[in-house]
Amino acid sequence: MNTHLRWRKLVSNFMLGLTGVCALVAVSVLFFILGYLVYHGSASINWNFFTKLPAPVGETGGGMANAIVGSAKLLFLASVFGVPIGFFGGIYMAEFSNSSIAFVVRYAADLLNGVPSIVIGIFAYALAVLPFKHFSTWAGAFALGVMMIPITLRSTEEFLHAVPRPLREGSMALGASKWRTIMSVVVPAAYRGIMTAILLALARVAGETAPLLFTALGNRYWSPGFNQPTASLPAMIYSYALSPYEDWHRQAWAAGLVLLALILIVNIFARAIVSRGGTILR
Amino acid sequence: MHASVRQAVSVNINPPTVNPSRETAAPASMRMSINKVNFFYGSKHTLFDISLGIAANKVTALIGPSGCGKSTLLRTFNRMHETVRGARLAGEILLDGKNILAQDVTQLRRRVGMVFQRPNPFPKSIFDNVAYGLRINGSKLPIADAVEKSLRHAALWDEVKDHLHKSAYELSGGQQQRLCIARGLAVEPEVLLLDEPCSALDPISTAKIEELLVQLKDLCTICIVTHNMQQAARVSDYTAFLLMGQLVEFSPTPHMFTTPSDPRTEAYITGRFG
Repeated sequence: MNTHLRWRKLVSNFMLGLTGVCALVAVSVLFFILGYLVYHGSASINWNFFTKLPAPVGETGGGMANAIVGSAKLLFLASVFGVPIGFFGGIYMAEFSNSSIAFVVRYAADLLNGVPSIVIGIFAYALAVLPFKHFSTWAGAFALGVMMIPITLRSTEEFLHAVPRPLREGSMALGASKWRTIMSVVVPAAYRGIMTAILLALARVAGETAPLLFTALGNRYWSPGFNQPTASLPAMIYSYALSPYEDWHRQAWAAGLVLLALILIVNIFARAIVSRGGTILR
Repeated sequence: MHASVRQAVSVNINPPTVNPSRETAAPASMRMSINKVNFFYGSKHTLFDISLGIAANKVTALIGPSGCGKSTLLRTFNRMHETVRGARLAGEILLDGKNILAQDVTQLRRRVGMVFQRPNPFPKSIFDNVAYGLRINGSKLPIADAVEKSLRHAALWDEVKDHLHKSAYELSGGQQQRLCIARGLAVEPEVLLLDEPCSALDPISTAKIEELLVQLKDLCTICIVTHNMQQAARVSDYTAFLLMGQLVEFSPTPHMFTTPSDPRTEAYITGRFG
């Protein structure tokens, strides 16, 4: 009896320790990556990195201004395209569809979410590059936008489902239509969650490289408008890291650090807006 | 307020007492009449041939044990049952002599408001909560005045007038429920339905709401579902007792609580079941 009890305690303590160690490993991987990036990247980050175009091969120095702007344009367009489709689709799923349609759409969205990004890239290449016979910001944004749809859709649906039923009934009991109820009560109640999910979707596609290789391609110069091939941070990291030049390697680290920092800034900025909206709750 | 609290507590301890002044002599005119209502959730028959009248400017209470169908019945009065899939209603419900089932549902719900079991303020400011109904109905009235009037009617104005633009979630549970009442009153409904409005509240907040209900009679007709018999005795003029989807007894409240005519009613109100 006593040994049995001691054995159970031992197992319990061991499992507790194991879960703790796993949690620690998970966290330390992140900090290891962060530290590594800062260590290698910070040395090459200077004003030129943000303001100059890439230097010609063989010269040192130069920057990635075009890639930073290119990434921003790609992400902006991708959100404009992907977020509304995911958002309204999520509303339909949560509020209007019957269970069998919802099942099919949910399943399809989960599958789409699992499609390898390189396949999305080929798809976008076939649809948005081949017909126009050139790579472009449009095509890259289309690929990234497609990747944002399932994440936005599923999380919008989840967060709308989490809004308590009495809140909807309270609105409908005042004579509000279903659409009015959704837009002025249900969505505001789920706003923080949906916003966070959209940011996570944005953060995820911000680092995608594969879909951009076929669509936005890359560019060592500025890309005015949306109709030409454009540089982007992930694609730049890819090509610089594979290059044989020491200076380019350093710049790739720097680009990695900048990409991570940008994602972090977008997150913090948007969360600040969300929490400020939280106290007024209009 | 203290008096009402003491009264509420004393009534809870003692057997149900009935205020004799509320004994109504002349039959009041009917605001709503429910004729042979049957209700189904899918294939499950939950209300059987219910017929009763809701008297104008009176408080009618629906009582009965859990699952007797009192909330279901209440929710048919403004057709909230239609928000549940598979719900079906047979029979006739008249509001001022017109069948509500043939009317536009949003118009109907503006005339027949509802307060729910748990306070359900919207994630908006106190002001916007009350203004919501006015805005969606495109009211031409000055909204600020109407909001103040409704909050006064709900006995909440003095507590919130200095922070109308704070989130409604910063209010206490009892205040939130009075806010929900104010929100319902803002669109000037003819009938206000309350579905166990005090079940999530402490005794002091409950006493306040009960006090409020008696005052609101002048403004509109009230129908309240409660599982608290003392509450029904304190606030209502008429009481309907439901059991397993059937209307067992419907009579003036003093009558119901002193000389119930059905043995099942007597068994319930004396606490032998439920």
